[in-house]
Amino acid sequence: MMRRVVSVFVENKFGVLSRIAALFAARGFNIESLAVAETDEPGFSRMTIVVTADERLLEQVMKQLRRLIDVIKVEDMTEKEHVDRELVLVKVNAPPAKRGEIVELADIFRGKVVDVSVNTITIEITGAEGKIKSFLSLLRNYGIKELIRTGKIAISRGG
Amino acid sequence: MKKSGAEILVESLIREGVNVIFGIPGGAILPICDILYDSPIKSILHGHEQGAAHAADGYARATGKVGVCLATSGPGATNLVTGLATAYMDSIPMVAITGQVPTSMIGNDAFQEAPITEITKTITKHNYLVKNVEELAETLKAAFYIASTGRPGPVLIDIPKDVQIKETTFTYPEKIDLKGYKPVYQGHPRQIEKAVKLISTSKQPLIFIGGGVIISGAHKEIEQLAKKTNIPVASTLMGLGGFPGDNPLFLGMLGMHGTRPANYAIMESDLIIAIGVRFDDRATGKLDRFAPHAKIIHMDIDPTSIQKNVKVDIPIVGDIKNVLEHMLPLLKPPQIKPWLEKVKKWQREFPLTYPDDDILRPQYVVEKIYELTRGEAIISTEVGQNQMWAAQFYKYTHPRTFLTSGGLGTMGYGFPAAIGAQVAFPEKVVFDIAGDGSIQMNIQELKTAVAYKLPVKVAILNNSFLGMVRQWQELFYDRRYAMTDLSKNPDFVKIAEAYGAVGIRVEKKEDVVPALKKAMEIPKCVFMDFRVNPEENVFPMVPAGESLKQMIGGMA
Repeated sequence: MMRRVVSVFVENKFGVLSRIAALFAARGFNIESLAVAETDEPGFSRMTIVVTADERLLEQVMKQLRRLIDVIKVEDMTEKEHVDRELVLVKVNAPPAKRGEIVELADIFRGKVVDVSVNTITIEITGAEGKIKSFLSLLRNYGIKELIRTGKIAISRGG
Repeated sequence: MKKSGAEILVESLIREGVNVIFGIPGGAILPICDILYDSPIKSILHGHEQGAAHAADGYARATGKVGVCLATSGPGATNLVTGLATAYMDSIPMVAITGQVPTSMIGNDAFQEAPITEITKTITKHNYLVKNVEELAETLKAAFYIASTGRPGPVLIDIPKDVQIKETTFTYPEKIDLKGYKPVYQGHPRQIEKAVKLISTSKQPLIFIGGGVIISGAHKEIEQLAKKTNIPVASTLMGLGGFPGDNPLFLGMLGMHGTRPANYAIMESDLIIAIGVRFDDRATGKLDRFAPHAKIIHMDIDPTSIQKNVKVDIPIVGDIKNVLEHMLPLLKPPQIKPWLEKVKKWQREFPLTYPDDDILRPQYVVEKIYELTRGEAIISTEVGQNQMWAAQFYKYTHPRTFLTSGGLGTMGYGFPAAIGAQVAFPEKVVFDIAGDGSIQMNIQELKTAVAYKLPVKVAILNNSFLGMVRQWQELFYDRRYAMTDLSKNPDFVKIAEAYGAVGIRVEKKEDVVPALKKAMEIPKCVFMDFRVNPEENVFPMVPAGESLKQMIGGMA
């Protein structure tokens, strides 16, 4: 089993998302995350899909993705020099006594406080996987009330 | 001048060279049917939309052109599903046009509404829901282009009723550029060179052809390849007709019900030249024991077919005809005399055979159809024993003369497919080799054959069983014939007569030839009810999941 980050460049037609999802679903692959939005070119979108799968099966899925009419390009980012990021919003228990500690932690990880209530703080953080993982594991000591993530987006380095 | 969506659709079809549509009308497709009424396009009314889809498929397989079928929304569209899946599995170029409820009602559970583009997403090469009449002409162009190029397949266009009525200026695009769809036609020259080298040094090579040869129109090139190199040829079910069945180098079909020479050759070969095949499990048997000593060259237009089931040493992505045209002048014949002698010995020792006695056996019927038509007929089949006997005992000498549901294995395919082929070739002899089980899955198409005076000959190999399933039950389930008994079959002669066709019953071996001759002289649809030996089995056979060496039965 291998974890892969796949970048798919598509024509932004309705139904394209479900066509792509169906290919993964038909083989029983669970998509870990999927992020999609329009690119600079109107009418075209880029998707970043993170999936863990048997390598040979995934190779087959990549080929079948390429076969879809609305799919223009499929890249396996895992094997390339690339930058990936994810945005996370996390609401953590923060009684007044702990608030200072938590804000300090957020600062260290270059997070941003976006909302504060009597007993909670909501922090926005972006970064690569490792950074987010360690930040969240620290926050767990205080009790995470709610968490939402965009899923990974990836772009290749250089030209 | 402005035209309605329905007019645009019909004009676009005419520009694509469509001259016949197979279908059934309904509320949501009425505007299109109304325009078809005065158009030069012939419309064939079927008894069931599945029949219409298979007829379009049969037309496409027999001609190589895109077959077109039409249905209304909801149940009309969902009835096409099996036909589309059948065409998709066998890479058949088809365009299906469905009516849809008006755009304002989509998603509201309107009367006769079904989300057919969602339903058919994974059984079509592509599909479209056309929401603006301005996009209709371009969508039609794209649909025909996608259906007929690369690895062909069915494309469905769903058109809401209001889009059929709305008007716009009509311009039909000359060509189309789809950013995400660029089939590769030319094989890579370096890969071709590597293949040439491997072929010329091989000692026990085998050419292994599939349906891709027929789709690509590469049968002549395959013949040249075999002639130049003297390499024997085996075929999948879908490849039959891609190489002359009467050529001494032809070993027949391989796989589950393949010939011993073909299967033995696969297992002992040191080089398999796989052309337009996809290594289906019915052809390969147990995968990890498939061709254990062979390197594999694999040519196919679809990159997803390569390395899917077997590890390939030299993949060549491209159109087969193109690739072979480049390869042929470079080839040097390999030195394979001992191999050829071995293969010839297998051919002598293990011909396809069945007992020569007084019993009316289905193999005999198929053999006589071959002899009487001199191999010049178009043969369609249903699925099961009838299909395998039709593959084994009729020698296909031309491409596009054997129409069978290979991938999906759709019972009920053969009769409507024969109707489609007969529409394309009114003068040719068209036979559906059927079973008594499968003929009843689309028997309503008798009405279509009669109404349009299509003289399709249906040879029902009637054993009063769902024969292939019964065979498995006999061999692997202790003869417990669960759900396979068809002894309460209707009288097929009377059914044919009730529809206005002709019925002939044959109960004795000596009556087979006279009955076939008579049927071929009658210029009408004829049902022949051959009461064959009930527990006849298809042999030889490789049990499911075994290697191709584990063949049982069929020895003289």
